[in-house]
Amino acid sequence: MTAVVELTGVTRTFGAVTALDDVSLTVGEGELVGLLGPNGAGKTTLLSLVSGLRRADSGTVRLFGGDPRDASSRIALGTTPQETGLPPTLTVGEVVDLVAKHYPSPMTRPEVLSRFGLEDLVGRQTGGLSGGQKRRLAVALALVGRPRLVLLDEPTTGLDVEARHILWQALRDYHADGATVLLTSHYLEEIHALAQRVVVIGGGRVLADDSLQSVLGLVALRRVIFTLPGAVADDLARLPGAYSAQQGADGRWTVLANDADRLVRALVVEDVPFSGLELRGASLEEAFLALTQDEEAVR
Amino acid sequence: MSTTTLTTRPFWALAVVHARFQFLETVRIPIAVIGNLLFPSLALLFFVIPQRAVADDPGIATAAVAQLGVFAVMSTCLFSFGVGVSEDRAMPFDPFLRTLPAGAGPRLMGRVLNGVLWSYLALVPLVLLGAFLTAATVTPTQALAAIVMVPAVAVPFLLLGLAIGYRLSSKAAIAVVQATLFPLAFAGGLFLPPEAFPAWLDALSKLLPSRAARDLAVQAVTGYPAYGYALLVLLTWTAAFAAMAVTAYRRDEGRRFH
Repeated sequence: MTAVVELTGVTRTFGAVTALDDVSLTVGEGELVGLLGPNGAGKTTLLSLVSGLRRADSGTVRLFGGDPRDASSRIALGTTPQETGLPPTLTVGEVVDLVAKHYPSPMTRPEVLSRFGLEDLVGRQTGGLSGGQKRRLAVALALVGRPRLVLLDEPTTGLDVEARHILWQALRDYHADGATVLLTSHYLEEIHALAQRVVVIGGGRVLADDSLQSVLGLVALRRVIFTLPGAVADDLARLPGAYSAQQGADGRWTVLANDADRLVRALVVEDVPFSGLELRGASLEEAFLALTQDEEAVR
Repeated sequence: MSTTTLTTRPFWALAVVHARFQFLETVRIPIAVIGNLLFPSLALLFFVIPQRAVADDPGIATAAVAQLGVFAVMSTCLFSFGVGVSEDRAMPFDPFLRTLPAGAGPRLMGRVLNGVLWSYLALVPLVLLGAFLTAATVTPTQALAAIVMVPAVAVPFLLLGLAIGYRLSSKAAIAVVQATLFPLAFAGGLFLPPEAFPAWLDALSKLLPSRAARDLAVQAVTGYPAYGYALLVLLTWTAAFAAMAVTAYRRDEGRRFH
């Protein structure tokens, strides 16, 4: 069976900035994949390649086996407008129609509007909608053509908790109908609520590609930071509870720990002469960077 | 599951969809086109109608309305739909539309249909002023010929506008359109009739799309024959502008950074 999305060795640069660096990724039918990574990691560039907006500098991008730059390859693709960029003078109903008319068997206006609780706003110009209403409409536009692949770029940014949960439920329902969903977020919570598989991107590379469970395990890492006199430090990573250790430019040591409590007890028990102890949650980015640095060292 | 059973909607259906929504967007902010509607009519009112020698001669008055009509169509197409494209491209909705299953063709055709429609609207005040305040007159056959001429004049300039709009940012596009429109209009005999041109300018002028459009339009409404290769010049420019517009659209990736 043809993969829904297939990227092979894809590189894309913007001037001096490498947005994607030799990325390979395959998404199969019916998967719900979360693309996680900090701003500027390359998530949006990846989606823009899959949706045919941009061309890869090298490597191949396939959408349902075809070139996403051909309109016919995008017949089963649904995307959302970025930010809240809707044409302000058109009404909600008109924008829905405009998009629906591109697809062979779209949802009816009432069906799509009711999925997102927008029925009452059908005659309102989009310029007069609230931020949350615009967001819901944007996601509705992704689904109106009954696509088999939905690409969502930060679908719930700026929404309040309740609106976010409504949107998540709508997406889960749509996925349950058999669609493939690829969404980006820099909220772990969002990925947690939706994704089954998580792909972490940072600095234009795929840092991790794993099930939600394994990724959550990694996120539990904590940072233990302290200063050490002299060169006592070479086996910090072997202490119980530690995952990896690194000395920063300021001379302070950062130990990533999967069990910070155990690590701190071990530091005390072994009489390690640390000073200025700090304990912080590791950011996702750090956790995954640490992970991949490990892998590269092994290679 | 197979993707081959799914095909994109027919070209014309999509072109009409895009034309319709572009029209709606324009008509709800009409100030953008009112300028185009006014300028040629004001030119007629201030420069042609007071000169009774021109205004009272049916042939000359009709030609004057025709050449200002060509200018009205040109400026509508270059400004609203050339510069308009570059402005749309800066909006986040534009990249979204590009991800829908429609190629360059239907969206460009939607713009062309819309441009032709607005060109007709731009001519209404001009034609009314000409009919009531000058001796300009047309037979029913000539009126029909004029109606047919409008798309033939509109399309090349629309395509030129699109080529500029898809290649440049909106600020650059406005400057380039202005630097294109007025020299083309002047050298094409849209303000001063080409009979007043020196021989070298007349020879150069005949190679321009504006001059070819002007002479064909004048022929359509007065019967005064255009020069022999006017149609060839207009069609050649139309083909060249079409190629430029399609190339510019294909190369476009929206905003360069995100």
